[in-house]
Amino acid sequence: MISSELETKRLKREVLVRLIRAFLSDNFAENTRLIPYDMRPKYSDVPFRCCVYKERGILRARTLAGLGFSIEDDDEKTLLSEYAQRALQRQKPDSNPLTVVESACHSCQAARIYVTDLCQGCVARPCMNTCRFGAISHVNGKASIDPDKCKKCGMCMSSCPYGAIVKTVVPCENACPVGAIVKDERGFARIDTEKCISCGKCVSACPFGAVHAKSQVIDILKQIKSGKEVIAMFAPALVGHLPCSAGQIKDALLKIGFSQVYEVAQGADVTATTEAKDFQERLKNGAPFMTTSCCAAYNELVKKHLPEIQPYVSDAHTPLYYTAEIVKKEHPDAVTVFISPCFAKRREVLDNPNVNYLLNFEELGAVLIALGIEIETCADKEFAYQSSTEAREFAVSGGVAKSVQAAWRGEKDAIKPVIVNGLDKTSIRDLKMYAKTGQCPAGNLLEIMCCPGGCVAGNACLGALKDATKKVKEYGAKGQSLENRKE
Amino acid sequence: MEKVTVKICEGTTCFVMGGGTIKPVLTALTQRYAARIEIVSARCLGACNHADSFSKAPYVLVEDEIISAADIEKVYAAIEKRLKND
Repeated sequence: MISSELETKRLKREVLVRLIRAFLSDNFAENTRLIPYDMRPKYSDVPFRCCVYKERGILRARTLAGLGFSIEDDDEKTLLSEYAQRALQRQKPDSNPLTVVESACHSCQAARIYVTDLCQGCVARPCMNTCRFGAISHVNGKASIDPDKCKKCGMCMSSCPYGAIVKTVVPCENACPVGAIVKDERGFARIDTEKCISCGKCVSACPFGAVHAKSQVIDILKQIKSGKEVIAMFAPALVGHLPCSAGQIKDALLKIGFSQVYEVAQGADVTATTEAKDFQERLKNGAPFMTTSCCAAYNELVKKHLPEIQPYVSDAHTPLYYTAEIVKKEHPDAVTVFISPCFAKRREVLDNPNVNYLLNFEELGAVLIALGIEIETCADKEFAYQSSTEAREFAVSGGVAKSVQAAWRGEKDAIKPVIVNGLDKTSIRDLKMYAKTGQCPAGNLLEIMCCPGGCVAGNACLGALKDATKKVKEYGAKGQSLENRKE
Repeated sequence: MEKVTVKICEGTTCFVMGGGTIKPVLTALTQRYAARIEIVSARCLGACNHADSFSKAPYVLVEDEIISAADIEKVYAAIEKRLKND
């Protein structure tokens, strides 16, 4: 997380903490309605926008996302207190994970090629000469681009000897690897849910913090409050994103009110061994390559944009799938909650009847703050199941491929891993080509993770990538390798 | 010359509000002062635990000056000010 993102993240987290506090108070509806006023009271400073009313309006919309609603569906007349009631009555959370706060969206200038003031109006005029669309003319001694003719090819930019022509981007559009977020006719960002793979890159990219995840935190706290058996399953990346040990995470989750805590690393062991067997089978049948199948955003990408690669995707399920299966077998009546580093897992959770809710790291952090749980004072609890080194390192780029190698019982040098560290337009184009030609020149086991760095770099993460990676690996080193495990 | 001590609060509240991302960047940015400053992670400094003060987390302590809503820019400026006064 870079510093400029910090401000929007802090705002979002503050809203969540206040919302959870409201839920814990004796008047949820009223205290929810007051959140924008508590954050921007009368005569308060206006740190970001034009006036206090606009700030409150945006905070109201952020609260709505925290309550789990689509801001797009809001009529702006309904009070937050009414929404709070509706959130309590809701039986099933909303399906699409992301929502855009239109009032926070800056409706940025559309992406374009722009001649800056640094244009010297030179004699050679390479920009005019290279433009194949006749879009550039000289006006008042400077180059000028006709936006109607410009095809944004960028030839003029590279030809300008002064570097005076720049390309501006719309951060959310630029970050989206599948073109799912675009400006509507009024210039505001809109998510096309048919195309969206819920990767959350737009959430992190927008400097106005206009894209939100719809939270399920109220639904989860409601289940806990009702006295039901609610079980937490936390992703391996969490160990890197809280300043404590895995055992202390368990204690903190128990303090929140979860009745049991499972590591999703437990299911990662099953994924690794299943995937290794699957791969061995495929190689025997002459398959040219196989891709991993644990990244939810990648799975969504395959479904929506890359169906041709489906035959090459491993049949192994995700670590969450196997963990939830184990949990439901042991506790059939329990409500299960996945604690996730990213938003994309929301889709997987929706499709998996064994997982009821998702709480992302940011939301978990907000719950800890609201309840005043100090993790460094939590006890170091033991886990019933000892996850392997490789399972614990699933969250780090390269970790999944390593786990398949460790679980591999075939010929040693048969595996040639290729690490696709981050999904973007380039890597998606490469994958498309591998599927089309039926071969991958770089290797045969393609580990695919949407976020550069792996799940430890998920869009709902709390700490710094470098530190988190180190901590996850340290925890991994304390486990036993899958290589030594008896079948 | 005494070293300037920078304590980055890594209590739960500060960490969640972004404190966990400060140290690596700050350490990299202050390389040239490495001999004159000491950057450490601290346990909860206790700055967040009254009323709404959580909303001003993360907190960072540069010697005896407490920086609220701390980010790299603010902490860096505070460090430079100290070093100049030395």
